[in-house]
Amino acid sequence: MLLIHCPWCGERPESEFRSGGEAHIRRPDPANAGDAAWADYLYYRTNPKGAHVERWVHTQGCGRWFNAERDTVSDQFQRVYRMDEPR
Amino acid sequence: MQRYSFSSLLRHTLEGHRGWQPAWQKAEPKDRYDVVVVGAGGHGLATAYYLAKEHGIRNVAVLEKGWLGGGNTGRNTTIIRSNYLYDESAALYDHAVQLWEGLSQELNYNVMFSQRGVMMLAHSEHDSKVAKRHVHANRLNGVDNEWLEPKEAKAFCPPLNIDPAIRYPVVGAALQRRGGTARHDAVAWGYARAASALGVDIVEQCAVEGMELAGDRVVAVRTSKGRIACDRVAVVTAGHTSHVMAMAGLRMPLESVPLQALVSEPVKPIFPCVVMSNTVHAYISQSDKGELVIGAGTDQYVSYSQRGGFPVIEHTLEAIVELFPIFSRMRMLRTWGGIVDVTPDRSPIIGRTPVRGLYVNAGWGTGGFKATPGSGHVFAHTVAHDDPHPIAAPFALERFTTGRLIDEAAAAAVAH
Repeated sequence: MLLIHCPWCGERPESEFRSGGEAHIRRPDPANAGDAAWADYLYYRTNPKGAHVERWVHTQGCGRWFNAERDTVSDQFQRVYRMDEPR
Repeated sequence: MQRYSFSSLLRHTLEGHRGWQPAWQKAEPKDRYDVVVVGAGGHGLATAYYLAKEHGIRNVAVLEKGWLGGGNTGRNTTIIRSNYLYDESAALYDHAVQLWEGLSQELNYNVMFSQRGVMMLAHSEHDSKVAKRHVHANRLNGVDNEWLEPKEAKAFCPPLNIDPAIRYPVVGAALQRRGGTARHDAVAWGYARAASALGVDIVEQCAVEGMELAGDRVVAVRTSKGRIACDRVAVVTAGHTSHVMAMAGLRMPLESVPLQALVSEPVKPIFPCVVMSNTVHAYISQSDKGELVIGAGTDQYVSYSQRGGFPVIEHTLEAIVELFPIFSRMRMLRTWGGIVDVTPDRSPIIGRTPVRGLYVNAGWGTGGFKATPGSGHVFAHTVAHDDPHPIAAPFALERFTTGRLIDEAAAAAVAH
């Protein structure tokens, strides 16, 4: 079980959280985006073997979202930061 | 290749078993191949076999970073079925079941395919409607599937608890009698042996580390055993597909997550079929060695760690113990995880890519083993002709751009 550091509640077990998938995915501009841009936004993911930036929500705690950087090979969290902080 | 038969067994027995040869040849890579298959799991080896057997392309190498069949081929729960909802999926998975039915004879290798029946439980009115919809859709596609009332389900699988007072009572089940299990390692070994006999080089401990492109065309792979020039590259690397495709500069509509399974101590035959419950996440059968083979769920986050979290196992065992109280005191021997690549619509990706000469067969998610022969068969056709096999055509990568998804995720309401 992962131990996840919520920026507001501190370290809590993984079962209190939901993963929100890859972070920093920007919605394309509806006025100009073609099919490929929408496909990339909706379906394509970086899925890296290594450092991954992702969103989490502390559903069973404060209910707030935050971002994290985690190594997908070791599952170790490198950094936890707020949604309004830069990558 | 030595042919296996009763008479060869008898002859080798009389000779004291000193005349057996290795089932396949270990190879060091040559400088150049017509086709390089990346990944020596069941799907990759089947691809190489059908390339050699049906398309006459024998200058083929299968590169494996670890050992043969050591990825998801050796980590799955060996369930085989074809009762998928949509026409495209039913065609693909039933093509595989039809190949399974003759596979041991085709390969001259016993893959221990056992059509013991796969029973999928329904626990609510909603479940039973979804299951019956599957039954009817399957029968329209010529795929066998039938609805069982709880007592019939209990008769088919005596350890099943059909007490209506449990938290998720069994209100019925859909049974595919042609479904069952096979010996997963034997599938990899059988295809490796048959492919090797046709001249395919199987190279273990050879990780692909890069791809060389000339314009929009792949011309070589760089590996831990040196550069290998090739006309075509067929990537069949399951959970590592995004990682390998990134070497050619491509992104994929995939996320890789750990999927766990576990086995119990071996016991006498008690469990005659395969039982799955998508609602409570329990998948169980008994191996020929006597172990209960239990499939658990996936972790919710991207990971390449090949092990999952304990809450996932706990969740599955809660369901198993409620449905089969007789197993509540059994000891579990081992748990493990494999990395599965999941697509947004839970259907695989088979076909060409934006890089010419580069083909991908991926996205089988949590249920690729059942498709092994069919997957290799249609993918080999696709690679050999640079044109999708008719069964594979709907599973092309372009569907994520056109929006024509094959949404088996919603169809089964589960990460299966």
